[in-house]
Amino acid sequence: MESPDKKLYWRKNITYLLILLTAWFLVSFGFGIIWADELNQFRLGGYKLGFWFAQQGSIFAFIVIIFVYVRLMNQLDRKFQVDEF
Amino acid sequence: MDNLWTYAWVAVTFLIYIGVAIWSKAGSTKEFYVAGGGVSPLANGMATAADWMSAASFLSMAGMISFSGYIGSQYLMGWTGGYVLLALMLAPYLRKFGKFTVPDFIGERYYSQTARVIAVICALFISFTYAVGQMKGVGIAFARFLEVKFETGVVIGIVIVMFYTVLGGMKGITYTQVAQYCVMIFAYLVPAIFISLLVTGNPVPQIGLGSKLADGAWLLDRLDQIHTDLGFKAYTSADVNRLDMFFVTAALMMGTAGLPHVIVRFFTVPRVRDARISAGYALVFIAILYTTAPAIAVFAKTNLISTIQETPYANVPEWFSNWEHTGLITFDDKNQDGNIDYYNDENPEYAAKAAAEGKRGNELTIDKDIMVLANPEIARLPGWVIGLVVAGGLAAALSTAAGLLLVISTSISHDLLKNWLRPNITEKMELRTARISIMVAVIVSGIAGINPPGFVAEVVAFAFGLAASSFFPAIVLGIFSTRVNMQGALSGMVAGILFTGGYIMYFAVLGLGGEDDYLWGISPTGIGTLGMLINLIVTVVVTYMTPAPPKPIQEMIQSIRIPRS
Repeated sequence: MESPDKKLYWRKNITYLLILLTAWFLVSFGFGIIWADELNQFRLGGYKLGFWFAQQGSIFAFIVIIFVYVRLMNQLDRKFQVDEF
Repeated sequence: MDNLWTYAWVAVTFLIYIGVAIWSKAGSTKEFYVAGGGVSPLANGMATAADWMSAASFLSMAGMISFSGYIGSQYLMGWTGGYVLLALMLAPYLRKFGKFTVPDFIGERYYSQTARVIAVICALFISFTYAVGQMKGVGIAFARFLEVKFETGVVIGIVIVMFYTVLGGMKGITYTQVAQYCVMIFAYLVPAIFISLLVTGNPVPQIGLGSKLADGAWLLDRLDQIHTDLGFKAYTSADVNRLDMFFVTAALMMGTAGLPHVIVRFFTVPRVRDARISAGYALVFIAILYTTAPAIAVFAKTNLISTIQETPYANVPEWFSNWEHTGLITFDDKNQDGNIDYYNDENPEYAAKAAAEGKRGNELTIDKDIMVLANPEIARLPGWVIGLVVAGGLAAALSTAAGLLLVISTSISHDLLKNWLRPNITEKMELRTARISIMVAVIVSGIAGINPPGFVAEVVAFAFGLAASSFFPAIVLGIFSTRVNMQGALSGMVAGILFTGGYIMYFAVLGLGGEDDYLWGISPTGIGTLGMLINLIVTVVVTYMTPAPPKPIQEMIQSIRIPRS
């Protein structure tokens, strides 16, 4: 039987996952494809915003998403005492 | 004279690879398959980046973006976004699982030799197709820049790859890939930084792309205008088939997360937390190149068009004639006026206007593959830069080929032989088989690279589409659900593979239908997303019609979800 601690650990993991995957979807498919036209009305320097998300912004966001995940999970591992030595 | 620089760079870099290979000789199966599990996350990130970025990423991608503008973003996002999926949904759990290969996981999780064998066949097909493309790229690079015959170039490639893969296995490959990454990124950035400085005054290409030109206009606005002036769609215009763009981006992302040679990299780090962070490092290293590519694409296109548009043919710069000799630029003076007329003759409105001006059709064709290679020449950079770019392209092809060939060899010696046909072979024998099979794989891919079978041209669609529709759902469901069972996974994988493979064969390889016949306008490159959905649905339906997996398997799944049990 799975101990209650482990169930909670997994549930928190899934929560982080869903939030971060939503962010992942938004910056790439959302801002870069679905709403590119609308965002193109705004400018970031010489870039139209939708175009910028599609060609650069989404990639920077992906990196941030991964490192946020790493941070959260390292903290979670320590809290539930499942971190490795 | 320029060639001397190319020879020098290539020779020096190859010597480095050989040196690293000798230093990292593999002594056990664990070292041969997963580098002993002792690779630091940073080194693994660099190696993964080099492994990932093939000759296509290095040489062709900027050109593809150059000629497609906004829609080229599907490649940029598609080939980077998958790393988020890897870091969050696959790498840490597979590392905890702890074996050596993807078929290992599939075979054990779904407690079935059939599943293992299907996974092996898939991995072999994907890796082989991909590897053949790389060997072909090596041959072409040698032929074009080092003035050796194409076949000789491939043979040189075979010898070098064989040396460090047979000797060092994953260990040798990993550390050579680190060296190759350094060469690649240096070779890619140097021209980009130079040109960015020249054209926009800013040395950082990512910023330069969004900056103003010397005359005060925004670079991207200028390029948009150049395009519309010639009857083309504006470069940044989002007026494209965005449904297909969505599907292609998704297929590339999920395919990335399902490719065996990428996944196996996460078996080489010591701990689960290392697997998570090395995916992050890998993406940083990849992103350096991938965010530079759009800048190169724009600089090259702007330079190219500004330089030649309506230039008299007699006055073309030297780089134009050089590339014309290779056939990658062609000029056909249709209206005999001695000028190069470059415009979009498929745009009916514009074509009518052009005809009124005495033009008789577009006179210039440019192969997009030359954009990265010609860029330094167009910008009149010194000769050593061009040689460096060639060395970089070779580094890209060799590093990817090595990773793929290791998957092939591991599939044969570990998945097929040790875990299926001959479980009683000793470690020494397994290691020897691994070495021999990688040797054979290198030679066979090289020979196939000289005369590639037709389906190799569709390598992107096949590799990513099949990975997205077979491995990705099977692995993700295997980790996140304890209910999905053997029957479900098998049916799902078969359904996904048959649908995706069939669609690609029908449209792209056999050419039995045209764009108008696509399902909902989805191209073969994007069909993997639909295949993934089909796999998912079939898996779930069949799973709930059949019994749950055995207890020990459910416990195994729960254990891989926790870093330390």
